[in-house]
Amino acid sequence: MIAKEIILAKLDSRFLPHVTFNDQICQVNAEGLHYRDLNSLLRTLDSHGVEKVELHSVCGQRYIGTDLKTGMAIEIYGTPGNDLAAFMNGPYITVYGNAQDCVANTMNEGKVVVHGRAGDITCYGMRGGKVFIRDDIGARAGIHMKEYMDKKPYLVVGGTAMDFLGEYMAGGVLLVLGLNLKGDEPHKARFVGTGMHAGVIYVRGNVAHMGKEVKMVDVEKSDMLTIEGLVREFCGYFKTDFEEILSKKFMKIVPYSHRPYGRIYAY
Amino acid sequence: MKSYLPVDFIVERDESKCIRCKVCVNQCTYETHNYDAQDDVIRSKDENCVNCQRCVTMCPTHALSIKKNLGPFRDNANWSSEVIKDIKKQAETGGVLLTGMGADKPYLTYWERLLLNASQVTNPSIDPLREPMEIRTYLGAKPDALEIEFEDGDIDLKTKLAPQLILETPIMFSAMSYGAISLNVHESLARAAMRAGTYFNTGEGGLDSRLYKYGERAIVQVASGRFGVHSSYLNAGAAIEIKIGQGAKPGIGGHLPGEKVTEDIARTRMIPVGTDALSPAPQHDIYSIEDLRQLIYALKEATNYSKPVSVKIAAVHNVAAIASGIVRAGADIIALDGVRGSTGAAPKVIRDNVGIPIELAIASVDQRLRDEGIRNKASIVAAGGFRSSGDIVKAIALGADAVYVATAALIALGCTVCQKCYTGKCPWGIATSDPWISKRVNPEIGAERLVNLLRGWSMEIKEIMGGMGINAIESLRGNRLHLRGVNMTDTELKILGVKMAGE
Ligand code: SF4
Ligand code: SF4
Repeated sequence: MIAKEIILAKLDSRFLPHVTFNDQICQVNAEGLHYRDLNSLLRTLDSHGVEKVELHSVCGQRYIGTDLKTGMAIEIYGTPGNDLAAFMNGPYITVYGNAQDCVANTMNEGKVVVHGRAGDITCYGMRGGKVFIRDDIGARAGIHMKEYMDKKPYLVVGGTAMDFLGEYMAGGVLLVLGLNLKGDEPHKARFVGTGMHAGVIYVRGNVAHMGKEVKMVDVEKSDMLTIEGLVREFCGYFKTDFEEILSKKFMKIVPYSHRPYGRIYAY
Repeated sequence: MKSYLPVDFIVERDESKCIRCKVCVNQCTYETHNYDAQDDVIRSKDENCVNCQRCVTMCPTHALSIKKNLGPFRDNANWSSEVIKDIKKQAETGGVLLTGMGADKPYLTYWERLLLNASQVTNPSIDPLREPMEIRTYLGAKPDALEIEFEDGDIDLKTKLAPQLILETPIMFSAMSYGAISLNVHESLARAAMRAGTYFNTGEGGLDSRLYKYGERAIVQVASGRFGVHSSYLNAGAAIEIKIGQGAKPGIGGHLPGEKVTEDIARTRMIPVGTDALSPAPQHDIYSIEDLRQLIYALKEATNYSKPVSVKIAAVHNVAAIASGIVRAGADIIALDGVRGSTGAAPKVIRDNVGIPIELAIASVDQRLRDEGIRNKASIVAAGGFRSSGDIVKAIALGADAVYVATAALIALGCTVCQKCYTGKCPWGIATSDPWISKRVNPEIGAERLVNLLRGWSMEIKEIMGGMGINAIESLRGNRLHLRGVNMTDTELKILGVKMAGE
């Protein structure tokens, strides 16, 4: 139980017109709030044990989800700004709208579900947690994603991706479903997996252009288990038909070598 | 085909002194020496020697000396032995030549051509032994104006100050990553920074959890690989530094080969053991000043605006304009690394050819920020080959707030500047991730030596300031009237903003 009176008493008075409580859910009207204020408000709510926050009329505020200490659930209505969930460590963000650039930048833990599209540089340097984007994502997604011990990052995209997908990828899983591609139309991304040295990219459908460090191979049984798990979760969020997604062939893109640049030095 | 690749160094052993103790055999990490039990002699493979002087230092009977192999090729100013050998190596392998440390050529250094002032007759000098000398330095954004309120004789500061780093001496330890250097070296730097009241920089390889206790004296770095970057790391340090570039290798990424990624290093970098740690050349979320601003503020948000954010760049051609953009992007500190800056590993051709001297960069950045009226918004930290307190005083007079030193710190820990850091086999236990070799540096003794160096340099800085009649480092900063140039063209003098000696 959260004591909303205590929380309201703790808030800076300028925030009061923006905050209401509906049962255990805190509703914030983000209209006119600078990102610095909005995030400061979220920090206060987080530190007082608020478990669920709805942010309404969000319009371009950056860095939502950064520097929160708990697994707080945040529902965003509107368009969050760049660096959504940057360096995030636990929260569960759902966006009812599109996201902009740099979603899940260097994210360590938590989840982001976007009922729309996301911009460039999605999941740069991400190390853990999951990101689900219903529609397309921009260029440079999944660059230098990496995994470590029990940490493994996942990015699942319902639409297609633009160039440089998975560049320098060092771990984790990218799954691009291409649900909006027509017939045999390949994914939009070129230079897929340039410099990639670990991790895996799964694509439903075909990729026309890849970096020279990677190859496209058939998926195996164990891959299908991962894919099915992720697709099932995807369908749960976006109410899509699991069987229909699975009806098309998946391919997997992996690096030739874990040390692509092992032989560039003389002595 | 066989290449003529004569050895660089020749090991000379005085047989009359050698007692076959095998210290050299154990100390040389390049396996130069080996004991032949049958003949009871120690033989040396000259071709392995990098002239680090470890065996010479450790030999109890002083039986060893290392000689440079003079004259394997005919003297030629253009086609030196180094040039000829480099070409042959590349013809054999088709690879890029690697090197370590800073540029070793007689590069354009301006420190020797800049001379300091002292008081004579018309204003008195100050004796630092008897009078207070202030060298404490604050790094971070300073307000445009101070709003002060007087109430019943009390003074109340109304302006909210931006977070600052407080240095008891204007010298910090530059970024050196764990992986490029050993844990014991990181710990030596950390302890020394704690004791001397300054800061060490983690470099881009994260901070080992055992060193979090020194976090209040750490500047934690964020680079393109984002190794070991997570919320507790960002919050562990006193400041965060975004590494855009490095003086030894402007514009290119980094590469810690898998062999050096041991279990401890993997844990700190948060990557699997044995994988190559590749840092892409750019940070792919920064393609513009606006993007840089986005990352600066992401880091400020991630630490709730409690720490200054520094941006480190290599000093390159348009450094003044770039610096202006960085300050406008919201950086609290801008770190400039000149062409003579060091590295654990860089392509030789980049190290020796790319970038500009730090002296010119400090002067032009300081001037530009002053001209634009934004000099107070960020502190300038200069790096790249500071060898003495004299260099440091000149840098501050040119406009730097503080300096970063790395090579000098490593020399204090035993380094002999053999330039082979990239092999990971540093016989002095510094540039290595091998746990056995790393034991050669003891963090306690290391810290003591570093503190000694800082103490010596700080006293010298005070001596020089006293001689100038200055008792606070604030009065020296950007005070170019205390500098004069020799052997310089008008353009050089103009960029440095100093007068010719005699003027
Ligand atoms: S590399 Fe160093 S330790 Fe080995 S022989 Fe040469 S000087 Fe001695
Ligand atoms: S750190 Fe070690 S390898 Fe590097 S120059 Fe110094 S002595 Fe040589």
